[in-house]
Amino acid sequence: MPLESVKEEITEALRKYPNKRSAVMDVLRIAERAAGGHVTKEAMDEIARLLEMRPVEVNSAATFYTMYSVARPVGRHRIWVCRNISCSLLGAEHIIAHLERALGVKTGETTPDKKFTLDVAECLGSCGTSPMMQIDDDYYENLTEAKIDEILKGLK
Amino acid sequence: MEKILLKNLGNPDAHKIDHYVKGGGYKALDAALKLQPDNIIQMVKDSGLRGRGGAGFSTGLKWSFIPKDPAIPKYLCCNADEGEPGTFKDRGIMDWDPHLLIEGMLIASRAFGAARSYVYIRGEFVFGAKRIQAAIDEAYAKGFLGKNIMGTGFNHDMYVHRGFGAYICGEETALLESIEGYRAQPRKKPPFPALAGLYGKPTVINNVETLSCIPAIIERGPKWFSSMGPEKSPGPKIYGVSGHVKRPGLYELPMGTTIRDLIFNHCGGMRSDKSLKAVIPGGVSAPMLTAKDLDTPMDFDSLAAKGTMLGSGAVIVMDESTCIVKMSYIINRFFSHESCGKCTPCRDGTPWITKALRRLENGEGRPGDTGLLESLCTNIFGRTFCPLGDGAVMALRGALKNFREEFLYHERHKRCAV
Ligand SMILES: Cc1cc2nc3c(=O)[nH]c(=O)nc-3n(C[C@H](O)[C@H](O)[C@H](O)COP(=O)(O)O)c2cc1C
Ligand code: SF4
Repeated sequence: MPLESVKEEITEALRKYPNKRSAVMDVLRIAERAAGGHVTKEAMDEIARLLEMRPVEVNSAATFYTMYSVARPVGRHRIWVCRNISCSLLGAEHIIAHLERALGVKTGETTPDKKFTLDVAECLGSCGTSPMMQIDDDYYENLTEAKIDEILKGLK
Repeated sequence: MEKILLKNLGNPDAHKIDHYVKGGGYKALDAALKLQPDNIIQMVKDSGLRGRGGAGFSTGLKWSFIPKDPAIPKYLCCNADEGEPGTFKDRGIMDWDPHLLIEGMLIASRAFGAARSYVYIRGEFVFGAKRIQAAIDEAYAKGFLGKNIMGTGFNHDMYVHRGFGAYICGEETALLESIEGYRAQPRKKPPFPALAGLYGKPTVINNVETLSCIPAIIERGPKWFSSMGPEKSPGPKIYGVSGHVKRPGLYELPMGTTIRDLIFNHCGGMRSDKSLKAVIPGGVSAPMLTAKDLDTPMDFDSLAAKGTMLGSGAVIVMDESTCIVKMSYIINRFFSHESCGKCTPCRDGTPWITKALRRLENGEGRPGDTGLLESLCTNIFGRTFCPLGDGAVMALRGALKNFREEFLYHERHKRCAV
């Protein structure tokens, strides 16, 4: 039972809605964290049972929303670099290139030590402080190459 | 101008309820609870407030469409999806003044009788979601949420629903699908959400900035609000400026401030003092304008008269070093990535446009690509199920109209003219 340890959080999510299905996005998020960063097939099957949905419906929701990592293991830290218009105007491409160099991976890949997964994003809503990136839950804004090196060094 | 929406931007204590109450917070709710609900709706109508989420629909009128029967449950959904590239204004309210939004939502709920509301916030805004949740918890503890609010018999529960990466959730009916636990694909209208919305019940969907205007309208009166800015689209407006200006950021100014005043006065002018090439006035769905349009007032009607729109108030400034073909590629890549897949013109058309733009940008353009783009626009426009597809086309058409030569240059010379 992959979701045994997070039962209370799931109960809390269910409390917000008049029906069970509405909690699917919250529960997927909880399951993703419990599995170390990605949503497993076993977790989706269990979510289907819990929320009285068909497994394909859970899978269909999980694959629609792009922030879930479905059946794709990721590193301990997920990095999303914004590359849409405002960030691009202020050098997002250099930021991405610098991160690829610093981590030794291409966009979409995970470092061999499983510490970082590097992805790009199409606008994270931080356009006044671009260029920027998100690592896990946090925004890092007004980036420079030196600032990125500091940030990466500071992450365990 | 005295700030209403962003007065606490950057203030490290303002998000706490004690600070908010000390500054007069929740007094507007108290006043509203003493009014007849219909009077609240009338005040909002009289204020002239138009929705800040993009379409500019009269907020009071929208509320008045909700059926009056007290036996029917009703919902309020706050649209905090903020996904239009260039847009970061709602974050300025949620991160720094979450109680302003909550108070606005409570007054709205009282006005049309909603016992439950959801704040639909995009998944990436973890900080904002935590801020709103903490503020909701504080409001419950102080008796501004829950049962018998301020002893008036009014009950209301408020919840945060987090999105998880899908721009289409900002479209109001897709947002409802998402809360109900489905893939966020827009619904057919009619029925409109005012009659059959969340869980099939009457529902109002309003933007964060719209709802945050409500407390001040109740406290200071509709006349005060409507005296600010143009007669037909009054009030304060948050402009979020990004790109090649000296001081990008959020600016709360009277609606109808000109583009020139915003860029050259408030934002300190162009970065590196280069000349301005193009400006997008309302997020990437809004067709771009050029230097000759700088004196246009930024309000719903003045921008519509110029063939573009105020949209989300996201002002993206590009200097002479910018390649319009590249920017068009980036904008269209966004739309094809975010197409929800429900209708063919958008699902198949936006990637086709993106492919042609990518070719042109990479120096692999084929003869006729510019014409191909134009005909794709014609074939998609007006044939999509929701406004996302049209937005993609309008943006590209704006670029082609003003900078057609640049596309042709890429096509012929396999490289950029700038
Ligand atoms: C593709 C698409 C995306 C949208 N995204 C947002 C958004 O992120 N935030 C928002 O408030 N409105 C967004 N809207 C507009 C909403 O559908 C709706 O009109 C708005 O939330 C109504 O609130 P208002 O009356 O307060 O403006 C979007 C519309 C479309 C078609
Ligand atoms: S226009 Fe695009 S986003 Fe809108 S319904 Fe059609 S496919 Fe979905």
